[in-house]
This record gives sequence, C-alpha cells and structure tokens, in this order.
Amino acid sequence: MHNKSVAELSRALEQGTVSSVELTRQFLDRIRCEDGKYNSFITVTEDQALADARAADEQRANGNATPWTGVPFAHKDIFCTRGVRTTCGSKMLENFVPPYDATVTANFRKAGAVCLGKTNMDEFAMGSSNESSYFGPVTNPWGAKRVPGGSSGGSAAAVAARLVPAATATDTGGSIRQPAALCGVTGLKPTYGRVSRYGMIAFASSLDQGGTMARTAEDNALMLNVMAGFDPKDSTCVDRGVPDYTATLDEPLKGLKIGLPKEYFSEQLSPAMEQQVRDAVKEYEKLGATVKEVSLPHANLAIAAYYVIAPAEASANLSRFDGVRYGYRCEDPKDLMDLYTRTRAEGFGNEVERRILVGTYALSAGYFDAYYLKAQKVRRLIQQDFINAFREVDVLMSPTSPSPAFVQGEKSTDPVTMYLEDVFTIAVNLAGVPAMSVPAGFIDGLPVGLQIIGDYFSEARLLNAAHQFQQVTDWHQREPN
Amino acid sequence: MTISRKDIEKVAVLARIQVDDAQVSALEKDLGNILDLVDQLSAADTESVEPLAHPLDAVQRLRPDEVTETDQRAEFQAIAPATENGLYLVPRVIE
Repeated sequence: MHNKSVAELSRALEQGTVSSVELTRQFLDRIRCEDGKYNSFITVTEDQALADARAADEQRANGNATPWTGVPFAHKDIFCTRGVRTTCGSKMLENFVPPYDATVTANFRKAGAVCLGKTNMDEFAMGSSNESSYFGPVTNPWGAKRVPGGSSGGSAAAVAARLVPAATATDTGGSIRQPAALCGVTGLKPTYGRVSRYGMIAFASSLDQGGTMARTAEDNALMLNVMAGFDPKDSTCVDRGVPDYTATLDEPLKGLKIGLPKEYFSEQLSPAMEQQVRDAVKEYEKLGATVKEVSLPHANLAIAAYYVIAPAEASANLSRFDGVRYGYRCEDPKDLMDLYTRTRAEGFGNEVERRILVGTYALSAGYFDAYYLKAQKVRRLIQQDFINAFREVDVLMSPTSPSPAFVQGEKSTDPVTMYLEDVFTIAVNLAGVPAMSVPAGFIDGLPVGLQIIGDYFSEARLLNAAHQFQQVTDWHQREPN
Repeated sequence: MTISRKDIEKVAVLARIQVDDAQVSALEKDLGNILDLVDQLSAADTESVEPLAHPLDAVQRLRPDEVTETDQRAEFQAIAPATENGLYLVPRVIE
C-alpha cells in the first residue's frame, strides 16, 4: 500500500478494500521503522492520527466522504496545528503548541485527511539543504550523506521514502521545488496569494507561498483542491474562484507553447543537467508542444534582489520572537534588554541570525534606498520579464536546481555558495508566478527535476503539463532502495 | 563591499541579538560576502522604475468594523513563559 498514490489510496478506501485505520497503521509503522535513517519527521502524532482515522472510517461508512477522507499525509512543521507542537525547525519554538490551526491545516482537517505528523525543515524555512534545522539534518533517501534540499527537505524525503503519500510544503525562494527535484518527487508552488498564509509561520511575507508535494502531478492537484482558496484571515490571499485541478489533467498538450529562457541555459549549466532537461523537452515535443527560446533579461539579478527583500522582511517578521508571549525565553534575564538579546541569540541558529542582521542593515537609516528600494525596483524588472515571456509562450521550462543532491557539509560553510543553489527558482517568487518541479531523469543515480513555470493562476495548466509528461515517463515512479 | 565591526555591533543592537567578539569576526566575513552578492543590484538601470512591494499590486482590504473574535486570552497566555493575573511578566523596567 505504501507505494500507492493519494488517488489510488482514495479509491481503495472508497471501494472498502482497506480502512483508514489499517492504512494509518501501515504508514505509522513505516515511519517508526524507516525514519531513523532519514530524520524526516520532527513530531509523529500517532494517537491523534489513529483517532482521526477511526473518525474517517465512520464518515466513509456514513456516506459523506471527500477524496481525502482517511488518506494519510504530513504537514511541514511550519503550519500551525492546534494542540500539536509546531517548531518551524527552531529551538525558539521547540515547545510551542499553537492554540489555533493554520487555514491549510483546517482545510485538510475538514476534508477528513489523516495527519501523521510534522516534517523536518530548515530553521524558519531559511536554507536549501535542511542542515539548518535545530532538530538535525535530513538525509536524502537517494543517497547516504546527501542532502534532501530545503527548506521543505523533510516533506520531500518523507514522500520519496514512501513514509507518506503526500506532504504540505512552503516555498519562498525554491523551498518546494528544489527539495522535490533533489528527492525525485513532484512539487508545486502556486501563484502568490492562491493559498492562505494564515497560521503558516512567516519568513518573507511578500514571497512565502504554501504548496504541495507528492509523487504524482495528479496527487498535487488533489492537494491543491483542498489548499487553494480565499481566506479573509490573510490580507494578501486572492479572492478568485478555484477550479477542480483534477478536471483538466487529461487534456492533450497539442499546441502548447514552451519557452526555454536562454539565461537558464548558459555555459554555467553542467552538460549532464542540460541534457536531462533537453531530453524532457523532447518528450513534450512528441506530445505536440512547440519549443522556442525566450529571454528573461534580468534573471541574473534575482538572487541579489532576493537577498535584500527576503532578509528585510524576515527581520521584521521575526521581531515577534521576544521571549515574552510564547516560545523560548533565556534563563534569569537581568533586565528587559538582556531578555530580548539573549533569548534571540540563544533561540535562533546561525543562518537565521545572519538573515535578520542583513535585513536589519538593509532597512536601517542611510541604507534603505540603496538596498531595499533598489531591490524592489529590480523586482519589478524581473516581474516584467515574466509578463513579456508569457505574451509569447504558455510555459517556461528549465532545470529546477543546478546539480543533483550534494553531500552534507559541502555548501554549509559559505552562505553565498548555498544561496546559489536557488539560481533557477528565486525569480519565480519575486514575480509571484506559479511553478512546479517534476522528476525528469537521473545523474549518477541521483534524481533531477524539470522546472515548469506558468503565468499567474495557471496552476491547472502546469498540473496538466506535468501529468501528461508522467503518462509517458516513469521517473516519478522510481523508488530509492 | 565591506561591513565594519562597528556596523555589525550596531545592527545587532537594532535587531536585539546578542553577539560576542568571535561571532562578530565570523559575521564580518559572511555579511561582507552577502553584501558583495547584493551589490550586483547597483549595476541595474532602475531609472523611472516603480518599486514592487507585492506581486499582484494588492491593496489593503477593509472589513466592516465589527467584533468577530472571541476572548481567548487565557488560552494564549497558557503558552507564555511567565504570566500573572492575565499580564505578561518581564524583568522590572521602572525602578
């Protein structure tokens, strides 16, 4: 059963060939036996999951089931779960038990899905390797000592290792797509504002977006059906109808116009990675798509703009962790200043501290115009690049990451080296458009992801394109041993 | 682009994060590298470009001025490090 997709498990539950309690026990057993190798979970909620599974079985028996009723899954530990500790990968929130549910959490609860626990992540979602988690690094199921990517590395590893069929994730600069690529699973970052951010612990509020991770595009569509939608509790959430994302998966791709941004196929791209991506694009041509080169002229400025905007917003968001209202507090503070400064020094890890300091610097008197305002202007240029490209083509394709999973420790000594890991993913967040990563091959036994970028609110088209690719390839079905 | 020890110490105070001398030395290098990366922005021609704060250029939504939330103070304070009589406790501020 652990190799089945969400869609298949949902059908099995509907047909009564398995109960939610049986399924939940099987997946919990797998987590107990296997996760010692991966560390993909921070918290496993065994009792709660079994209680929810029993309730789901009753609901099915009463005939009011949704496709998710009784299906096991996991939440990235950034989504607040009422009564279940939510750490965001940080010592600061090691014992934080939220008194409320994130909207995404509430949506899955309403749909009857069974949450098995909370997945590991880079601290406050700041990282591309899952090495900055206070709860220890996650190991990629495809290679001992290899990183799973980050920041949603726990979700990606858990799905790849078949510990859960699906997991929620978030993406501020690539945190869904890059780990999905490195772990050989399928992930979607929706349009900014498509999914509510309420109760999703904030990193950079104008970039953060909750999204989906599973092995198939179809399962990503099933997840987005539950997650997308307007929420009055998030002032940047978009009030716009939500289609049934599974309804258009089977549409033919004939006439789909694919653009290849020439800036993403420069001489810095390794020949092996370029080959994998071009092979994937050839499959699309066989499916009736046409391909042309396009340009994103300001792509080379995306990382620089991001590393002003994201830390600036993070420095403001993370000012709430003051040791007063919730979370960690230092021992025996001698005065209020000591309480603040020591609580934050002891509660935050190195990467989080660096980003808060960079952001504070960029926003401080005398530097605001040169850094923050300049970065926001460049952000508009980057957005305009995408608007122009989507006048010519329907989707853009590129590698998701510059290389497959790297070895733990390889990039963690120099922050800037780690930042370059997101060179193909960051511009998407600055523009706010949706994008996916789809398994598209292997280099030296390690998975490679194809990034598919779409225009605003084109999630259905992206999922359709990914699903059709998965009808003619089996990269997404490969299993790590 | 370099950042001085003095700047780092000042920013750390603004950010309310205690840093010791060894950390300042490490931060001098790391933050310097990050600012070097960020400095690529200065090459961009942004004359007459409007800053972009939000990808969909949304404006703040207004709602009717009605009470919609119930009082949950007890629940919220149950997770605080120190409270007394419904108040959050901090070290003495006024002698």
